[in-house]
Amino acid sequence: MAVKLVLRDREYEIRAGMTLLEALRKAGILYESVIATREGEMILEDEILKEGEVIKLIAVISGGAG
Amino acid sequence: MKCRKCGDKASVNMRQHKLALCKNHFLEWVPEQTERFIRKYKMFKREEKILVAISGGKDSLSLWDILGRLGYQADGLYLGLGIDGGIDYSSESHRMAEKFAQANHLKLHVLDVRREYGRSIPELFEISHRGHGKPCAVCGLVKRHEMNRIARDLGYDVLATGHNLDDEAAVLFGNTLVWNAEYLLRQGPVLAERDGLARKVKPLCRFYEREMTAYALARGIEYIYDECPYAEGSHSISYKEVLNQLESGRPGAKLTFYLRFLEARAGGELFQGANEQLTLLQPCAKCGQPTTAQARCSFCRMIEKSAVPELRLTREGDDQSGKK
Repeated sequence: MAVKLVLRDREYEIRAGMTLLEALRKAGILYESVIATREGEMILEDEILKEGEVIKLIAVISGGAG
Repeated sequence: MKCRKCGDKASVNMRQHKLALCKNHFLEWVPEQTERFIRKYKMFKREEKILVAISGGKDSLSLWDILGRLGYQADGLYLGLGIDGGIDYSSESHRMAEKFAQANHLKLHVLDVRREYGRSIPELFEISHRGHGKPCAVCGLVKRHEMNRIARDLGYDVLATGHNLDDEAAVLFGNTLVWNAEYLLRQGPVLAERDGLARKVKPLCRFYEREMTAYALARGIEYIYDECPYAEGSHSISYKEVLNQLESGRPGAKLTFYLRFLEARAGGELFQGANEQLTLLQPCAKCGQPTTAQARCSFCRMIEKSAVPELRLTREGDDQSGKK
């Protein structure tokens, strides 16, 4: 099993044991453009990702509303 | 990573400040910093009435939350733009705004553009042909005009918007790419009140968009997460992505870009003597709002072109803002 990163409707499978920052780089996602959450709690770039985890990524960039 | 204040596990790391905080201390820090910026840029005083432009997104709802916590008198204004995009975008953003207002016992004024002027934003775009294939220019024009009108008509001292640093840096970047002196001179945390124009302020202008997202999440604010259907591929989003690439290699690059601009402009290092340009504004012959046009402003010309029977600046027996 690996770690799953979920950003909107896209999923990325990443090898466990990496830090969040390394995992995001592997997936080609810029750390500055997302907030990562594990079971609803925000986690930081130095967090080690474990087997079977699902990390939900919240996109931070918005360009309009109304 | 540990919280600098209490040593507990940190939830937010702000590399540009070399500051990591736990959830509770971050939720304290954001309003404290907002208060500092309100005072630093002399945005408004405690006794003044504030109208907050509410979109239903993370920034505007967080701003409303923060101003309330700081004890300011802040009401909200929601403009219904009539954008669907297959996701009920406007209806959903309206629902978020109403839900927040009700939960926090706040007053929300609502104006529906179609009900007021007979056309939604996409319809106004179809008829007027303003902008480059998207209704964003029309949307911006309507929002600026109507927010200013309603703030003044309802007697508010100041109009506050939820623009964050990424918004401001992206606008600055875009205007710098083409050296648009007029827009560069107007950009800042405060746009002073003048004849026909309400004072406009941006209390969140020094927070990264990432921090405002973290604030909304940590505070449990429910906001519309979907993008505006017309935002995809917009210049502002591509500029934000470029700036985040810079930020990734050089933490603080976005903040420095914006703050150095403000310093340079205030210190007269940019466009010396060009400030007179702002005095060229004159009142629109129809609605009275300041414009660079010779007779009628862009908004009034667009409404007339859209064959809407009458531009209703007043409505008998009814609150023109749709106030609740």
